[in-house]
Amino acid sequence: MGNIIEFDNVSFRYEADIEGEMLPLAVDSVSLGIEQGSFVAVLGHNGSGKSTLAKLTNAINIPESGKVTVDGMDTSDEKLTDAIRRTVGMVFQNPDNQIVATIVEDDVAFGPENLGVPPAEIRQRVDDALKAVNMFEFRKSEPHKLSGGQKQRVAIAGVIAMQTSCIVLDEPTAMLDPNGRREVIATIKKLNKEMGITVILVTHFMDEAVQADRVVVMDKGRIIMDGTPREVFSESDRLIAVGLDVPQATQLAAALIKKGVQISSDLLDENECIDAVCELLRSK
Amino acid sequence: MKGIAIGQYYPGKSLLHKMDPRVKILLTLVFVFLIFFCKNFWALGLMGSFLLIGMLISGVPFKMLIRSLRAILFIVLITAVLNLFYVTDGNVLFPNTFIKITDKGLYTAIFMTVRIACLIIGSSLMTFTTTPTMLTDAIERLLSPLKIFKIQVHTLAMMMTLALRFIPTLMEEIEKIMNAQKARGADLESGNIIDRAKALVPILVPLFVSSFRRAYELAFAMECRCYTGGNGRTRMKQMKLSWLDLLFGFAMTSILAGVILLNHYFAHLI
Repeated sequence: MGNIIEFDNVSFRYEADIEGEMLPLAVDSVSLGIEQGSFVAVLGHNGSGKSTLAKLTNAINIPESGKVTVDGMDTSDEKLTDAIRRTVGMVFQNPDNQIVATIVEDDVAFGPENLGVPPAEIRQRVDDALKAVNMFEFRKSEPHKLSGGQKQRVAIAGVIAMQTSCIVLDEPTAMLDPNGRREVIATIKKLNKEMGITVILVTHFMDEAVQADRVVVMDKGRIIMDGTPREVFSESDRLIAVGLDVPQATQLAAALIKKGVQISSDLLDENECIDAVCELLRSK
Repeated sequence: MKGIAIGQYYPGKSLLHKMDPRVKILLTLVFVFLIFFCKNFWALGLMGSFLLIGMLISGVPFKMLIRSLRAILFIVLITAVLNLFYVTDGNVLFPNTFIKITDKGLYTAIFMTVRIACLIIGSSLMTFTTTPTMLTDAIERLLSPLKIFKIQVHTLAMMMTLALRFIPTLMEEIEKIMNAQKARGADLESGNIIDRAKALVPILVPLFVSSFRRAYELAFAMECRCYTGGNGRTRMKQMKLSWLDLLFGFAMTSILAGVILLNHYFAHLI
């Protein structure tokens, strides 16, 4: 399948503050293709440019130089902004600041209503979207009575109801507790695997990035690593050098290797680690 | 904080709950107008019994309805007392004492009290049976003819909805900021009014800053969901008139006729 989003040598900087000093580039000559139907995690510590990159995908940020195309549409063309936002939906970090209505189902309906979808079809889309994120039973609730994870799932349902082919999530779990994070990540995986929606997940949690098909690591506005989670996390030294963590399992493996133990360096989660260690003990 | 309710909606499935909110607003307006149109107790009694039926149908506990009177109890008392002493025509009730109360004064005082009570209970019956969202929706639709005067009805309604949506969020925020300031030794509870007002500054400033940040983020989020204002928008929830609305409309019309007749035939009683 082809690329749904293409970054072609894109640079972007935020407008200078009052003093008029030029700010450094937030995104620096990035070229990146996001394949249709893939699940890509963008990793980086604070200020690495990962959120800026996310906002370049749906014309919130317009590149200073270079070109971003979504499904062949150039984001710098204002006439196409609406069509681009029908293709790429976005979920933000703070669930409180993106829910518009006082009732869950009204909020999910907000997007399709803006698109001018006929009422009966909106009803159908809203019900389907709420079922897809497991929030159907809360459809009549007031958002402020929900937990953070539930609110974030409502926000995701709002994007699903617009039937965008791609969802960009900008640190959707940063403000959630571990339970909420688990719910949201499970929902995102489901969207990608069952509904075939392209997912770009911006995060600084390693265990979330592990779930993706592809991990892109950013530092100082540049892409410094790009590959499958296994490829990226096996180079733990480079990750640590740019201020990122490595999954605990990988850390353990790296420590063992340093001590001269023969264990593979690309272990991603606890189960793999347990298996590898058991294997090792059995062979002795 | 999770328990706070916006507005005073009382969930239920009564006929009043099922009524079209547009009709409900219009009928409430007619009701308020009629209350002021009543000239004697017979007419007011008719309105009162209509209200009582409405209260019974709604299924809202009487206690809650009566409680809505509490807020204006003071105004009611003042009105009653003023009427009691300032209406001087009619027969003096207690001729041998210094209290100068006439029968007409007493009559007017009671009439006024009942009238205001009916007014408040009648209008809270509407807010008890309609969610704030439905109310703003209905207001938007009722005002939509104003579009020809270039009034941005949709924008106003959207502002109302967003205000409603953010009341609980901001309340939570205020609580957080207050706790944070208290933890740093801010004293919010002692001193005179001026001291207390000054103590609010360190709460209001962060609240304003964060509200602007929220507004900014919300605007982005709305744009990302293709919001471009009221043009070309559809609505998931359509409002349709049913036989129920017709029925209530008919009831209100007959009350209107009744009040006019009673006003006319019992005109000599005040």
